Amino acid sequence: MKNIWWKAVCIILLMYTVTMGFLGDVPAMAILNESIRNLYFHVTMWFAMMILLMVNLYNSIKYLGDPVLRTDEIAEESSRMAMVLGILGLLTGMVWAKYTWGAWWVNDVQLNGAAGTMLVYAAYFILRNSIEDEQKRGRIAAVYSIFAFAMMIVFIIILPRMGDSLHPGKGGNPGFSSYDLDHRLRLVFYPAVIGWTLLGVWIMNIRLRIRTINKSLES
Amino acid sequence: MFNELWFLIQKEFRLEWRQKTMLTGMLIYVISTVFICYMTFKRIIDVPTWNALFWIIMVFAAINAVARSFMQESRGIQLYYYTMVHPAAVILSKIIYNAALLISVALIHLLFYSLFLGNEIQDMTMFLIGLLLGSTGLAATLTLVSAIASRASNSPSLMAILSFPILIPLLMTIIRFSRNAIDGIDWVMNASYVYVLLALIGMVVTLSYLLFPYLWKD
Repeated sequence: MKNIWWKAVCIILLMYTVTMGFLGDVPAMAILNESIRNLYFHVTMWFAMMILLMVNLYNSIKYLGDPVLRTDEIAEESSRMAMVLGILGLLTGMVWAKYTWGAWWVNDVQLNGAAGTMLVYAAYFILRNSIEDEQKRGRIAAVYSIFAFAMMIVFIIILPRMGDSLHPGKGGNPGFSSYDLDHRLRLVFYPAVIGWTLLGVWIMNIRLRIRTINKSLES
Repeated sequence: MFNELWFLIQKEFRLEWRQKTMLTGMLIYVISTVFICYMTFKRIIDVPTWNALFWIIMVFAAINAVARSFMQESRGIQLYYYTMVHPAAVILSKIIYNAALLISVALIHLLFYSLFLGNEIQDMTMFLIGLLLGSTGLAATLTLVSAIASRASNSPSLMAILSFPILIPLLMTIIRFSRNAIDGIDWVMNASYVYVLLALIGMVVTLSYLLFPYLWKD
């Protein structure tokens, strides 16, 4: 029970996000209207996903240097959690796209990047399942995950800058930072990022503990 | 290390020259696919379709060819390499060999493709540069993926699953670049794609150099 404080912070931040997200004041914008509240959910979930993927990257590199099985387990669980947040981010994004751009899916570099990232990490899980030996699985999965992360960075960060995008801040569209004159959005945005990340880490933590219990039950 | 690299490249080419299976296999694959496309489409006037079909055929040929580069070698030979040479020499020699193979296949593919389906390319030099960079990029990316896939069970099917998502950024860049070349758009507009392609190839080669040593020790 000694490490309970960050779980409390997670709950408080998410309660704050949901309350402020639905009831708080938001800048009145044309076209976006009240859908701007989705910023607190869609964008923040993507941020949390990126943070968890970085956890995966860090642990993959660490595993190559020092092959401890626990590191590989953390890498797997963090990418799994990132996948869940990614799917949620995609769904919230689709809802937003429907009400501002008029379709559930539009041909936008950023959306395609998101879908591509999902495919890359789906392939990562298939690769993991097809290797029996634990040490070998960790090593090969780590190599693929580092490679995949590098390609994903190109995909979702560099390529969208080259073409036009419907997203704010690209292709001549103003970014959210220019809408947000009084920093009202930011006051909810950053706590929400931390909240979703902590929730991801929490679930990850529980899954890792279940794995440990299962292992000791088997042996 | 450079001596080792040079010997390994020579070995790859000599092996290819003796067997001639890879190159002829790929050529027959590409030519028959183009012929099937010819019988279904006759002529393709629409530039995006022409371009996309060209690269899709190229990608499938590349995946089939490069997939074999690690799987055809027995464990004995790999163990022999392991005791004899630097790991980076192995992966780099394979990347260079596969790049040469894919470039030659791409050129022949272009020849037959324009013969059967028509050629709308306005800036040929630019398109050829795209072909060169695209084939090199495909070779570099797929060589590392094939090294990864060869370590797992049921590797042939795994090869396709692992490589498609990773190829998307490369493919999107190269398809846009060659489409601009077909439309005859000026270098001022199109040069940035060359930089992205060069950066991608550089990144993939560096990652292969760094990561391959972890892959081949068992």
